[in-house]
Amino acid sequence: MKNIFLFIGRHFTFVSFIVLQILCIIMLSKYNKTYEAFFSATANELTGKVNANLSNVYTYFSLKEINRQLSVENARLRDSLKANFIAPDSTKKLVTDTVTIDSIKQYRKFNYLPAKVVGNTISSQTNYLTLERGFKQGVRKGMSVLGPEGIVGVVIDVSENFSRVMSLLHRNSKVSAMLKKDNVAGSIEWDGVDPSYLTLRNIPKSSNIQKGDIVVTSNYSANFPSHLPIGTITEIINDPSTNFYTLKIKTATNFYSLQYVDVIENIQYAEQMKLENTKQKSNE
Amino acid sequence: MSSIVKNSFRFVFFILIQRYVLNEIPPLHQFVTPYLYFLFILWLPFSINRFLLLLIAFLFGLTLDYFTQTPGLHAAPCLLIAYIRPYLLNLLIPQETTEQSYIEPSFKSMGGAPYSLYVFLLTFIHHFYLVLIEWLQFGDFIFFIGKVAATTAISLLLIFVTEMLFFRKAKFKTNAAYL
Repeated sequence: MKNIFLFIGRHFTFVSFIVLQILCIIMLSKYNKTYEAFFSATANELTGKVNANLSNVYTYFSLKEINRQLSVENARLRDSLKANFIAPDSTKKLVTDTVTIDSIKQYRKFNYLPAKVVGNTISSQTNYLTLERGFKQGVRKGMSVLGPEGIVGVVIDVSENFSRVMSLLHRNSKVSAMLKKDNVAGSIEWDGVDPSYLTLRNIPKSSNIQKGDIVVTSNYSANFPSHLPIGTITEIINDPSTNFYTLKIKTATNFYSLQYVDVIENIQYAEQMKLENTKQKSNE
Repeated sequence: MSSIVKNSFRFVFFILIQRYVLNEIPPLHQFVTPYLYFLFILWLPFSINRFLLLLIAFLFGLTLDYFTQTPGLHAAPCLLIAYIRPYLLNLLIPQETTEQSYIEPSFKSMGGAPYSLYVFLLTFIHHFYLVLIEWLQFGDFIFFIGKVAATTAISLLLIFVTEMLFFRKAKFKTNAAYL
């Protein structure tokens, strides 16, 4: 025992180096598995404040771009107004003098929470956004994030007033996507090369695809509502060794100029996750 | 200005420059990421205690990690260069002259060639380890080789420019200099 202490005493620097190095590796590997950083809430609060202050300056310079995005989005929404579509009226309506009860009972599934982007990176292999909206304002882990032109990412970490979003431009990001025209589903990844192009995998060669086809979020995703724009196909890579296409997708979202996004809350998320994570008993 | 005040100022300055200027630059290529922040560790004084040096490097790397949300990724290479630094300095500078008369490593205090070698080696080791960790998570061998070469070149260029822009007066440690 005494010798051990003597050894540590003599090689104190080396031992402390090894200990700290191991600590780093543990933090790194733990974070990659769960996306929960050590002391993340406190650190998030601090870095978020710095981000928020600087973002106030940045926003000023991109007002023009924000205006353009908003007017484009407005035009798109107006375009899909009910009043724009006329159905020839051939139905008859029965009026009864009582209160009607909605027997279908529609209920809300998705809530949209607007948030300001206060931090955004695109230059590294693992890119994140910081939003100025946190746990107190209703953001939870696992919620999806939608920009004015297309989807942006998924919330991975929440502190009291800020939240961290794993951008689509992250080497570990994976989003379920489908082709708008025939609903064939695949998965969206990023290869780390160019921030304006994503990769769509697992589209079978039987499906008839063309350049310019629109890719949207699929029905299978728990956090994203379906049919949100992701991008358009720009290149079809035909690998003869597999039965699947690898497609290059131009992102709908312009990640260079994100200022305001919507965090989407799926009210049934917890229920769906609970069901999907229960282990199925096999026949024994 | 006292050494502690100066280095605390540098700590904050390098973190902010790295996160809000260099990381905001639109990427030219997948391999090109400008890194400058570790120059803080290269500029720490000669006389600093080895354990303290490790601790400062660890905290410094971790601070940047919390800004970029990658806990451990920058702290690990910072620790490594902080550990190697004293050994390298012992090899490169004439004993018992420089270390006693100058405060921190610079062109003037160490001489042009030894200082350049010191910067080049530590920059290379830092990037080698940093990209190695990244490579273990994703990427292929060409990514590894290409990124180490490209980032080292970019960093050396940045360090050269920084040395030119912020010319540090090589201060003498002994009283003789003030006479």
